[in-house]
Amino acid sequence: MKYEEKLENVTVLGAAGKMGSGILYLTATEMVRQKFIPANKNREFVLYAMDTSHKALTDLLTYIREQAWKFAEKNIVNLRKAYQDREDLIDNEQIIRQYAQDLLSTIRPVTRIESAFESNIIFEAISENPDLKVELMSTINKNNRNKPWFFTNTSAIPISWLDEQAQLNGRIMGVHFYNPPAVQKLLEVVKTENTRPELSYFVADYIKNIGKIFVPAYDVAGFIGNGYLMRDVLYAEKLVNKLQQDFSYVQSVYMVNKISQDFLIRPMGIFQLADYVGIDVVQFIMSVMKPHMSKENFHSPLIDQHLHDIIKGGQHPDGSQKDGIFKYEKGQITAVYDPGKKRYLPVSEFSQECDEYLGEFPEGWQPWKKINRNPEKGELLKKYFENLRLSKKPGAQLALDYIKKFREIASDLVKNKVAFKFDDVNAVLIYGFHHAYGPVNDYL
Amino acid sequence: MVAGYNTISMGTGRSEFHPKKSRPDLEDYIKEAGENVLIQIGGAQNVDECVIANFIASRYNKQANLAAFFPYIDPGLTNKPCVRVEGACATGGLGLATGIKSVLAETADVVLVVGVEVQNSVKAVYGADILSAAGWYKERKDGHAHFFPGKFSDRAGAYFNAYGREKTRQAMARWYYNAIENARLCPTAQEFENQQKKLEELALTEPNPRMFVDHLNVYDCSKVSDGASAIAIVSDEGLKRCGISKNDAIEVVGLGQAEYDLTRAPEDPVRLTTTEVAVKKALDMAGITREQLATVECHDCFTIAAIMAIEAMGFAKPGEGSDFILAGHTSREGKIPFNTTGGLIGWGHPTGATGVHQAVTIWEQLTEKAGNSQVKIPADKPYAMTVNMGGDDKTLVSLVYKKC
Repeated sequence: MKYEEKLENVTVLGAAGKMGSGILYLTATEMVRQKFIPANKNREFVLYAMDTSHKALTDLLTYIREQAWKFAEKNIVNLRKAYQDREDLIDNEQIIRQYAQDLLSTIRPVTRIESAFESNIIFEAISENPDLKVELMSTINKNNRNKPWFFTNTSAIPISWLDEQAQLNGRIMGVHFYNPPAVQKLLEVVKTENTRPELSYFVADYIKNIGKIFVPAYDVAGFIGNGYLMRDVLYAEKLVNKLQQDFSYVQSVYMVNKISQDFLIRPMGIFQLADYVGIDVVQFIMSVMKPHMSKENFHSPLIDQHLHDIIKGGQHPDGSQKDGIFKYEKGQITAVYDPGKKRYLPVSEFSQECDEYLGEFPEGWQPWKKINRNPEKGELLKKYFENLRLSKKPGAQLALDYIKKFREIASDLVKNKVAFKFDDVNAVLIYGFHHAYGPVNDYL
Repeated sequence: MVAGYNTISMGTGRSEFHPKKSRPDLEDYIKEAGENVLIQIGGAQNVDECVIANFIASRYNKQANLAAFFPYIDPGLTNKPCVRVEGACATGGLGLATGIKSVLAETADVVLVVGVEVQNSVKAVYGADILSAAGWYKERKDGHAHFFPGKFSDRAGAYFNAYGREKTRQAMARWYYNAIENARLCPTAQEFENQQKKLEELALTEPNPRMFVDHLNVYDCSKVSDGASAIAIVSDEGLKRCGISKNDAIEVVGLGQAEYDLTRAPEDPVRLTTTEVAVKKALDMAGITREQLATVECHDCFTIAAIMAIEAMGFAKPGEGSDFILAGHTSREGKIPFNTTGGLIGWGHPTGATGVHQAVTIWEQLTEKAGNSQVKIPADKPYAMTVNMGGDDKTLVSLVYKKC
């Protein structure tokens, strides 16, 4: 079956979720793009948006409409050509409206699983619940005569385990988008030993057509992204414990976050990133990875303590940050949660002592946003890291230790056959996590 | 002409501008510009007639019947004869021409002319639809998404083929550099706060046909602007009535208008033939040669339009407009300084206001009121010229002014 035939009927499971909505939108854009090809003019593309809540599906359509308008506005030059034979569409506005309508008309919001029984392709983007994933995929597989292909968005569960449990006979592959899928350029792609080659051919075309890039990863729990992130969180926690010998808990968390953001010139500190991902999600990923990691202890008491106090982080529906390890006001960290006192302590009350201890930034320091945009980024980072290395201040020293650990994690990911090569780990960190530089670099 | 006034040219580049925050509306700009002229001419009671120049508020702002905003500027203008004129980007020039003719016809001794446009009410992609009304609507379907950049990109492509790309692109970049340098001297200019260091390098960015047009980059184009400009056109009698000294006024000595068939393609894609006609008419009426001009405001909606305008005015032969710019002749220290407050690219292009803004700039220069933008006006060259173009060289208004 050709690519476009396969694409004729697709279901996205968990379509109203953070990841599912993006995957749904991108797939809809690809369907409309296919429809513009003259040979596909009479081909019907159907995209089932499956989720459990009608309310969430209604909101989903609003999101998709907004995304479609934005896309059409940005790509108006090409869309005018695509709609050239439509004499009734003259103004940009008419074309943009038509595009949004065409894109929405591919989508069928549904709450019943039976719709997926006729699909050729299933994108699975439900929560990281291994049993639920297996149950849904297995049910669809048993009831679907098309021998559907399953593309799972899991960022943690080994694909071969899902294949075996759901008895998919190699018709599954990991296609892991980064959050939010509509914006993030990178995907991680995971084949098992049994994955049928035609799935990876399709995925390569699909990713290229939606304008993304991918890195391959071995089928090891957590893959490259979470393989790195979870270890980073665990290292950060270890550092917090060490600093607590001389400082309070909130001060230690504040300092480790500052080291991992500012001194390392990253877009956000490690604990802010945990809040962004969701503390519950971090714990869940660790718990999913743990059974597959015999030599490492994938468990974070710090994360557990927050969840015990029902502190979860994550985002509000409008995309703003919920309180987690930190309290946020207009996206800025204002306080740190103290599990001992069961309340947030304002950063302003203790930050001065921490900042004095860490010391000023070495010469050449610039915030991530500024340096990452600079065309001379490489040179600027080189100079900064030279000065970081020469500095004897505790902040610089801790940052150097952190960077060494950062590189060690990357090295282990290759050594332990999670990543195929260093470049892939760098690509995940640069394109997936938006770091200004990868862990394997010439700066230090 | 006397008592010119410009509001800020608002849009991207101005620190006050934020697309999601509220901004002044059409009537706010009209009022600000109109009031400030009235203050200079002694009040509304001195005005006989009013002209408002606006291209297309009916679509940008869902507002028509703009002449009725004059009494909103000042109740003293209630029941005065008022009219609104339109001629795409030459609207401001037409507003001036209308006022001049009233004075010449002796129906008025003092005419208040306000030019205005508020375009940031919609995103640029929809603004392109609105602005395409300056062309023939039946060409819209086959036109580029960015309709007018598309038209002038085609002209640029033809010009590159005829006279070479590299030098032309360098001249376009130099034009951009001069425009921004001049705008940095004028506090109301949209690019006043532009701090880019490598302007010419930036302007040499390769065009990206996938996202924009084939032969122009964004630096080759004037921006989307909101703003108003106003000025009073007065007779000798009017000048006395307003109590203004002749030294504070400039004399209109030449008016050239020309029109080309909207449904026809340009006669020659590498020439602005209608501009040629209008400029000639204006100079003939003034009875001077271009060599007697101290400064010029030309319609640089696109950098390539500036090169072609220089040739249409006769400052350079066909194909040599680029050399004229690259030799530095159009810079503020050059032989004939062009667009001394930045022109459409540097100051901004609130469409209906542009022609009036050009006149205000010339009034400021010839009366030595241009502040940091002031260029030298040699005693033997007391003249200046404006060229205001509507559409793709379709509606043209050229004026020649003299220091009083």
